[in-house]
Amino acid sequence: MSTLEIRDLHVSVETKEGAKPILRGVDLTIKSGETHAIMGPNGSGKSTLAYSIAGHPKYEITGGSVTLDGEDVLEMSVDERAVAGLFLAMQYPVEVPGVSVTNFLRTAKTALDGQAPPLRTWTKDVREAMERLRMDPSFASRSVNEGFSGGEKKRHEILQLELLQPKFAILDETDSGLDVDALRVVSEGVNRVRETTDAGVMLITHYTRILRYIKPDFVHVFVDGKIAEEGGPELAERLEEEGYDRFLTAAQAG
Amino acid sequence: MSTTAQTSPEGLVTDHSRAVTDGAHSHGAVPGSSRAERATSFELDDFAVPTGREEEWRFSPVDRIAPLFAAGITSTGVQTTVVAAPEVTVEIVDRADARLGVAGKPGDRAAAAAWQGAQEATVVTIPANAVASQVTSVRIEGSSTDDVASAHLLVHAKEHSESIVLIDHLGATTLTQTVEVVAEAGAHVTIVAIHDWADGSVHNGAHRIAIGRDATVKHAVVTFGGDVVRVTPDATFTGPGGEVEMLGLYFADAGQHQEHRLFVDHAVEKCKSRVTYKGALQGDGAHAVWVGDVLIRANAEDTDTYELNRNLILTDGARADSVPNLEIETGLIEGAGHASATGRFDDEQLFYLRSRGIPEDEARRLVVRGFFADLIHQIGIPEIEERLLEHIEAELDELAPHELGAGK
Repeated sequence: MSTLEIRDLHVSVETKEGAKPILRGVDLTIKSGETHAIMGPNGSGKSTLAYSIAGHPKYEITGGSVTLDGEDVLEMSVDERAVAGLFLAMQYPVEVPGVSVTNFLRTAKTALDGQAPPLRTWTKDVREAMERLRMDPSFASRSVNEGFSGGEKKRHEILQLELLQPKFAILDETDSGLDVDALRVVSEGVNRVRETTDAGVMLITHYTRILRYIKPDFVHVFVDGKIAEEGGPELAERLEEEGYDRFLTAAQAG
Repeated sequence: MSTTAQTSPEGLVTDHSRAVTDGAHSHGAVPGSSRAERATSFELDDFAVPTGREEEWRFSPVDRIAPLFAAGITSTGVQTTVVAAPEVTVEIVDRADARLGVAGKPGDRAAAAAWQGAQEATVVTIPANAVASQVTSVRIEGSSTDDVASAHLLVHAKEHSESIVLIDHLGATTLTQTVEVVAEAGAHVTIVAIHDWADGSVHNGAHRIAIGRDATVKHAVVTFGGDVVRVTPDATFTGPGGEVEMLGLYFADAGQHQEHRLFVDHAVEKCKSRVTYKGALQGDGAHAVWVGDVLIRANAEDTDTYELNRNLILTDGARADSVPNLEIETGLIEGAGHASATGRFDDEQLFYLRSRGIPEDEARRLVVRGFFADLIHQIGIPEIEERLLEHIEAELDELAPHELGAGK
């Protein structure tokens, strides 16, 4: 059993006008096996939370803490965070020309485990995981994300999630831009990970649509850089009916 | 146009495949006159000693190249050794030999000095219809930078021959050199010139390539070592149906000047050219220059040309100048385009790879290897592929980790 604990997290980004605070005191605890949906309007800081936890250099932590089983995540380098068990499925994964998906996956797996995966089982694991995500075998020899459609990029992110088996997975708007078929395939992938591993999941989304396929244990509404309301799955249903207006008005009034 | 580290990674991409007008066409700061009017001559005196203000020298450290502008560079300060395929013949001939100078005239002072200086030449001949069963290896080795030397090599690929010629440059040198490649009708020849000179070396290599009817030439330049290396491959089509693929790979370190100036002369119809040059730069004062001139003459209908240059800047303090230049004198062409981009080592790529647990150093290697992967594959000779990959790894070893991510 692992715990990812975020306490009073404050984060800024550098802009032309100076440092701009984005996160204003985020508290969130995720335990193994739990799925937390982080919902909120655009610009509320959801993605900033994801990238700050992963260690993107653009974001400056100005206060608070993030710990994984008591270890200070914020002190770790980006790759150390991954080795510690954190995984971020990105909304806009970048292209890495000339590096094949096969090579990339094997290099990542080797780095995470500290040793190369056994060739025969690994090749089979990759092939089967790709089949489950309805990815054409030719995918393996293509350059990472180069020329991938939006749906292919997301499948590739979930392929990594399935193969790299993190303790905690942060999915940053994995649903955005997907058609219903792709959304279903991707959601099935996430659900397989939830069923077969003990991973904790932070599911960041603007829409309630993906929550029909991936049932969260907890729902957090993110407004203006912090959590405005928390509840169970019923909160997502309420959001679907009412939208975010109620929170936006409150935030503006406050 | 001059592209430096500050330019956007998108760079410059132009598609001229639907060009319908004639007249010179180019981008940015370009010489006033057409490439067709640029002087060429075997006479040294026809070229004034460059000051650095001339178009063909404007990016070059002319003070460091100055020894190569002198008259009477008769020293043979480099040793040329050829290990030829059994089907291939090798001769040392006098400069008066009628086969020399066929591939075109020198285009600048250093090239003219090389022509005037070399009293003899090495001639590698692939006989008509011969298919060379192995790579012919030419080794050009210098022993000192004090001795200003000239050298002349001719690769003569006769009708319908097939061959690969590897030219290795190593040791210490101050050298102005001519490499002529004559591909007769239907010949297939691959030339790979690797420049890996010792520190302190200064080299000007004038490559002149004549591509006959239906001939196919692959010409690859690799530049790693040497203080100043300036290579000027000129390719001219002399018969219809010819094809040339010009590839270049370079890796400039601190203080190195690596310059590649290409000229493809579509002088006849129905020919195809592809130019792909890629370079990585690291360290203070590392300077790469790529100039790609393509001229499609009025009678060169159905021409198909595309040229591309990409630079990957790994650290602060390095500079890449990239100047594609396309002149089109007929609208009746298949296609014509060029692309040039200079990018910084991409922090987002690094973040993506590291977020998967891959350490920074390894992530950087992956990206650089990936950058060169297609190009190395295009050169298409397995032994050389291996060598180039090893060399790139060694270059990366020289880079201290703290120099990375300088642009964050």
